[in-house]
Amino acid sequence: MVEFTLWDILRNLALAARWTVVLSLIAFLGGGVVGAALLVLRLSPSRIGRALVEGYVELFQGTPLLVQLFLAYFGIALLGLNTSAWTAATLALTLYTSAFLVEIWRGCVEAVPRGQWEAGTSLALSFSENLRYVVLPQALTIAIAPTVGFLVQVIKGTALASVIGFVELTKAGSMVTNATFRPFVVYSCVGLFYFVLCYPISLVAKNLERKLHAAHR
Amino acid sequence: MTVELDFGAVLASWPLLLVGVAWTLGLTAVSAVLGVLTGIAFAWARSEGPVLLQTVVGAYVELIRNTPFIVQLFFIFFGLPAAGFRLSPEVASVIAMVVNLSAYATEIVRAGIEATPRGQREAAISLALSPTQTFVYVVTPPALARIWPALVSQIIIVMLGSAVCGQISVPELTFATSLIQSRNFRSFEAFIIVAAIYLVLAFTVRRLLRWAGPRFVFGR
Amino acid sequence: MQPIVEIKGLRKSFGTHEVLKGIDLTVQPGEVVAIIGRSGSGKSTLLRCINGLEAFQEGSLTVDGKPLIHGDPNAMRALRQRVGMIFQSFNLFPHLSAGRNIMLAPGLVKRKVSSEAADQARGLLARVGLTDKFDAMPDRLSGGQQQRVAIARALAMEPAVLLCDEITSALDPELVGEVLRVVESLAEEGMTLLMVTHEMSFARKVSDRLIFMHQGRVHEMGSPDELFAAPKTPELRQFLSSLHE
Ligand SMILES: Nc1ncnc2c1ncn2[C@@H]1O[C@H](COP(=O)(O)OP(=O)(O)OP(=O)(O)O)[C@@H](O)[C@H]1O
Ligand SMILES: [Mg+2]
Repeated sequence: MVEFTLWDILRNLALAARWTVVLSLIAFLGGGVVGAALLVLRLSPSRIGRALVEGYVELFQGTPLLVQLFLAYFGIALLGLNTSAWTAATLALTLYTSAFLVEIWRGCVEAVPRGQWEAGTSLALSFSENLRYVVLPQALTIAIAPTVGFLVQVIKGTALASVIGFVELTKAGSMVTNATFRPFVVYSCVGLFYFVLCYPISLVAKNLERKLHAAHR
Repeated sequence: MTVELDFGAVLASWPLLLVGVAWTLGLTAVSAVLGVLTGIAFAWARSEGPVLLQTVVGAYVELIRNTPFIVQLFFIFFGLPAAGFRLSPEVASVIAMVVNLSAYATEIVRAGIEATPRGQREAAISLALSPTQTFVYVVTPPALARIWPALVSQIIIVMLGSAVCGQISVPELTFATSLIQSRNFRSFEAFIIVAAIYLVLAFTVRRLLRWAGPRFVFGR
Repeated sequence: MQPIVEIKGLRKSFGTHEVLKGIDLTVQPGEVVAIIGRSGSGKSTLLRCINGLEAFQEGSLTVDGKPLIHGDPNAMRALRQRVGMIFQSFNLFPHLSAGRNIMLAPGLVKRKVSSEAADQARGLLARVGLTDKFDAMPDRLSGGQQQRVAIARALAMEPAVLLCDEITSALDPELVGEVLRVVESLAEEGMTLLMVTHEMSFARKVSDRLIFMHQGRVHEMGSPDELFAAPKTPELRQFLSSLHE
């Protein structure tokens, strides 16, 4: 067995952390696109559309992300497609992210006073024009802080992809532990890596929120 | 191609699922009680305690909230024995869940405490209540009432998060499911069913806690 | 006779802004003192100094012969048991019924057993005219009723002096009377009262002594009839005439 120094441990974890970042970004961006589409449906006057999105959100917020990952993994296989940890993790995390983002954004849109919708409507704007030119620009400023904050949840969520065999930071931690038999050190380092990734984002989110509150006073 | 689903094969193992449900609910109940109590104590430390304590609790909260639950669990279960603390999977799970919940509860409760109108404290002080009595009897109950919905949501999140505890062989719901599907190879069906069970659990627990809060926690 | 409240040379600043610039005031047992004055003249600050909600920088203050010492929590708690305070915004505890609001401090501070505290609370509620409201939650009570519960709550600690800071200012006009009647009955029973008020006719009717505060000082003091009929200083004259506009 080769001797692992602390440096080796850190290097291996750092290499794997790249995949945590990549997976997080894909899930966040993909989730953002899906979430935006769902938001339009959620805000539309269509009652069925609204109910569908509500059910979708309920589904993803009411079940463990781990179960969602398993479902994606076995679901893709069941369809006869070639399944890999990659596709399953991206699919599950994207959908999971979209469900949370649509709910966050809906709250932000609802924080825009009712009178703004009415003013737009009274100027003969259509639903989509109203959304596009009146409501969304205002909701956007409110939405930035919680959206950035949710990125932290996504990054932490990617840790579960390790369970279906996706080699990212946490999985690498398990593998390095098996090679070194130094779980205390390795998992401390893994935790530290996540902290270094997440904490700055948390700080940015907090500052954005503080600024917004200050501006609204 | 056609996809054939066979839920019966999974449902036949209902006793295993039932045991899993019991474990999931048990873990959640214990860690909810301990986690919320710890959270209240930490919230006090963070907003009214000595400066050093404020800093320590602040660091704890940030550390926990910025790392994944699964890593916290692995650190406690695999890492701590190396430092001399050997824990059973069940105890390790409860500790991890309490640690995790307490960090979020601290911030939630603190927000509730900070929203307390100044006049409430002044009224308590002018009635000669001590700072501790003021915190326990005057500040905390309305603060809990204010933030109860957020706290309930966080407890649900921790319950769903406990699915990970199966990874260290705690016989909770997701572990039971993995076991069932490894026997009959009806993996997709098994996880569909367990997802449905979690949905029901989340719904029921939320309802129950919303109902119980005003009656047993912050009194009315 | 030992005064209930004795204040000598009290000075209080918020930062560099001096709000109380040397107050001397003695209140005898059973006396009813009304404090009037313009907004910002320091009336609230003075009352809040008396039960230690605000710390002051210079001068001395004794209640019932005991000096107020900031930084000594036990002495402060002993003092606060002798001083009751009623706030403009009632400040009832929202999670406790009217009766429990009254019972809380006697139970915690005086270690009164629950049944005794409950009896006392019922008695006090009857005294403020709210016999049947023991179990009512604060948000089910009108402002006037809430303020009367707050009075009962303060009385439950059996204070030697009651401080009232504009206790009817947050009330709808039609609810002011019921609260003032309670205060008047307390005055008749010999309670020592120190009240900041904007209700001039009430101050004139009930108080033994009137204090006009101006820019952080006791600017004029005397019997209410004297002060209202013949104010000596131009500031008080101006203040009184501004009320009639
Ligand atoms: N916590 C505080 N911090 C800084 N300044 C304060 C504070 N409380 C009061 N002040 C200032 O002290 C002065 C006196 O305030 P105080 O509340 O005692 O006046 P008041 O006579 O009660 O007025 P009002 O009739 O409006 O209640 C005011 O100029 C006020 O701005
Ligand atoms: Mg005032």
